[in-house]
Amino acid sequence: MPSDLMTNLYVFMLAGFVGFEVIRRVSPLLHTPLMSLTNALAAIAVVGAIVLVGENRGGISTVLSTAAVVAATSNLVGGFLLTDRMLRMFKARKTPKS
Amino acid sequence: MSPAFVETAIQVAYLIATALFILSLKWLSAPSTARRGVIAGEVGMAVAIAGTLLDRHIVDYRWITTGLVVGAVVGVPLGLVRMTAVPQRTALSHAFGALCVALVGTVEYFDRLPDVPRFMMGALSMEVILASLTLTGSLMAAGKLQEVLPQRPITYNGQNVVNLSLLAVAIGMAVFLVMNPGHPGLFLLMMAIALVFGVMMVVPIGGADMPTVISLLNSYAGLSASAMGFVLNSKLLIIAGALDGSSGFILSVIMSKAMNRSFTNVLFGAFGQVQPLAAATQEARPVHSATAEEAAQILGVANKVVVVPGYGMAVAQAQHRVRELFDALTRRGVDVKFGIHPVAGRMPGHMNVLLAEADVPYDALFESDEVNPELAQTDVALIIGANDVTNPAARSDPSSPIYGMPILDVDRARTVMVIKRGMSPGFAGIDNELYYLDKTLMLFGDAKSFVGNIVKELTGGPA
Repeated sequence: MPSDLMTNLYVFMLAGFVGFEVIRRVSPLLHTPLMSLTNALAAIAVVGAIVLVGENRGGISTVLSTAAVVAATSNLVGGFLLTDRMLRMFKARKTPKS
Repeated sequence: MSPAFVETAIQVAYLIATALFILSLKWLSAPSTARRGVIAGEVGMAVAIAGTLLDRHIVDYRWITTGLVVGAVVGVPLGLVRMTAVPQRTALSHAFGALCVALVGTVEYFDRLPDVPRFMMGALSMEVILASLTLTGSLMAAGKLQEVLPQRPITYNGQNVVNLSLLAVAIGMAVFLVMNPGHPGLFLLMMAIALVFGVMMVVPIGGADMPTVISLLNSYAGLSASAMGFVLNSKLLIIAGALDGSSGFILSVIMSKAMNRSFTNVLFGAFGQVQPLAAATQEARPVHSATAEEAAQILGVANKVVVVPGYGMAVAQAQHRVRELFDALTRRGVDVKFGIHPVAGRMPGHMNVLLAEADVPYDALFESDEVNPELAQTDVALIIGANDVTNPAARSDPSSPIYGMPILDVDRARTVMVIKRGMSPGFAGIDNELYYLDKTLMLFGDAKSFVGNIVKELTGGPA
């Protein structure tokens, strides 16, 4: 197990650097869509919740983990939808200014 | 299919999803590729969920389906909110993300009792503390933004000591649990304290600090998801959480820099003490005011206009009128640019989204650094609902609370016009010298109707 932990720490560190380098380049113009997109991506937590629900541990565990699936799915659906709506609004000038 | 094959297929699905998530953010860097980024994210998400559903631990799909369907039903309206409501929606979605993580963490802990390995207990504690404080902190932020809670910072003596003690107690309990995991009561108490800390953390925060706080909560939400990845040994989750966490972190740094304040200062040093002083001095000083007709005459003959929007534009829902003004002036051959300060509005990029919604082309939107060198050659700087980000005291008055904050140098323009409801000082409670300059014209009124009147004068009105 501790060797898993070490690998995971490396993964975390590398992902942090990748995130920093990629997101640094996002234009301030798009900072609001950036936040709603990363929010939707973090809703990947839903996969953890799905397995918990499906294992059918019963009782309160099932109730709480189903609630977790609901919370994450609403972020996932709402986040992608909102991001796309916002991005559709960003248009360049149609004709060059006279 | 053999179990080993399915297991490999799931891992490959997660690998593909991870790559797509990184591409998604990479493509978001420019407006031309940004929508492709959303599609990459959606495909990645679909692949990951499809893979997960193959998991052999899953024996019952009924509740999964229920959860997914209910979540989608809740999510759609949250994706369709008005653009002015995006800040509170974002805060709410941080709360939902944190709720998911906190619930999963709690279930994992209770199911693993009484023997929880130390490293896992450590990750679980981090997961639950971060998620709990993000949950209540984000709900508070959403409440303030929706104005169901007072937006004013609420401060009291010893606030920082109380907050830091709460956090220290929660961390102390986490350390104890790592040594002795078999104390479910303590686990719940730790969670309760983190929930209280989240509330206390946002109580002293005012409207203008919201961009920083929302970014910070974004970062915490991501880190808690990452911690959940450590607990579940899921590299996909660790990476997605780390991406979200670093995004929130970068945005918080940008926002803090834009206010010339440190993180700790935003969290622990609420403004507001200067208010009485500002109120005492503002009474007697004369300002020049002007009507929509006069403003339209000056704007109509200008060569170069820079519009500086702020939260006031969002409150007045004036963005569509502002677009009409942009169109009217552009048709007359006036060069119109928008100068957007990073902390204008209530979340990062707030003004850009509102103006894009009103069909202002994004190549007319500029950052402070881009527009500042041009302001000296600008005929009119038109300020709509912004205050502190235009205050020259940030450059010249070391005693001002906002001294050192990067501002838009609108006072260098030939004429300054300020659309404002009245003479009340801005969020920071600081009087703005700009309003008393000889070249400044105060346009008193509601931003939406005032800009509308200027447009009328420019287009239909008597020439």
